Amino acid sequence: MSTSVVLAILVTSLATYSSRLLGVISSKGIKETSKLFRWFNCLAYSTLAALIARTIIFPVGALSDASYLSRITVVIFCLFIFFISKKNFVYPTVISAIMLALLSEYL
Amino acid sequence: MINKEFFFKGFKSIIKPDSPALALGCCFIAIGALLKNLGFNIQESIFSTMLTYALPGSLVMAESMLVGASLLNIFLAVWFVNARLYPMAVSLFPLMMHKNQPRWKYYFSCHFIAVSAWLIMKSNYKDIQKKYRIDFWIGIGCATWATAVIGTFIGFYASDYLDKNIMMGLAILNPVYFLCMMVGAMKTIQISASVILGLLLGPIFYFFSPEWSILLGGLIGGTIAYFIGELRVN
Repeated sequence: MSTSVVLAILVTSLATYSSRLLGVISSKGIKETSKLFRWFNCLAYSTLAALIARTIIFPVGALSDASYLSRITVVIFCLFIFFISKKNFVYPTVISAIMLALLSEYL
Repeated sequence: MINKEFFFKGFKSIIKPDSPALALGCCFIAIGALLKNLGFNIQESIFSTMLTYALPGSLVMAESMLVGASLLNIFLAVWFVNARLYPMAVSLFPLMMHKNQPRWKYYFSCHFIAVSAWLIMKSNYKDIQKKYRIDFWIGIGCATWATAVIGTFIGFYASDYLDKNIMMGLAILNPVYFLCMMVGAMKTIQISASVILGLLLGPIFYFFSPEWSILLGGLIGGTIAYFIGELRVN
């Protein structure tokens, strides 16, 4: 393994683990019925939603090669499938991959 | 030590019909292929997934290496993207803290905090006695972590057969799956407002500061949602 790659991996894992560990240390005095816990719960859901929206609208990696229109079309259609399939997670997930691959191929 | 019954109960949650295993595995297939294209060997790719185990962080590391960023830049970029793990940990671990459980379990298992495992735990913890929730969580974490490692392995060796369109298809799986899970979790006014505000504010803040957009969107959206919920209760 090359030294630079190993160092990059170690730095990445350190940056990631530090947030996780700080979260556990901060959790010690927090009761699950407290207002502080409810606030953090809201922050967590909101941060995840912000991350998902950013991934779809301003993606990095392979997804950035797909057009904005095709990404939004796939997401809206999959949410529609999610609701008509009585909130089944599998159908919209599988359909999203097939649909985006097809749209990218033929549009 | 770890209670086997609850550990395997958590581990098996990954094979439920609505588990995130498929989406998670497919996304790490894309990561495995990406790392190979970056010049990583198989050991480095597996090592990266095992130690980092966070999709956006791995993507940021890969992008940063592509542009020749320094180690400090990589650290800061990954830290910004993965800072979301902090509120995720604070909103999960109080549910699992028990005086009869050793501390090492918490410090060890915090490595498993990722969207997929977090959402599974959030939707199942009420069915598990508080004392054994940490063992159940370690089971979920080991299962999702193993899925990620296997996905990376497959992606690395399948990368020669995956064209651009298939890679795009694999990359959209995770956000769509998580979006559906988040929409499915919108059962209270606070959670619903948190999700909707996060979805709106994350992209809006991107125009002002791409690095801070997720954290600002989460902080402001989550705080507004908290007060909306509290006002409604009062």
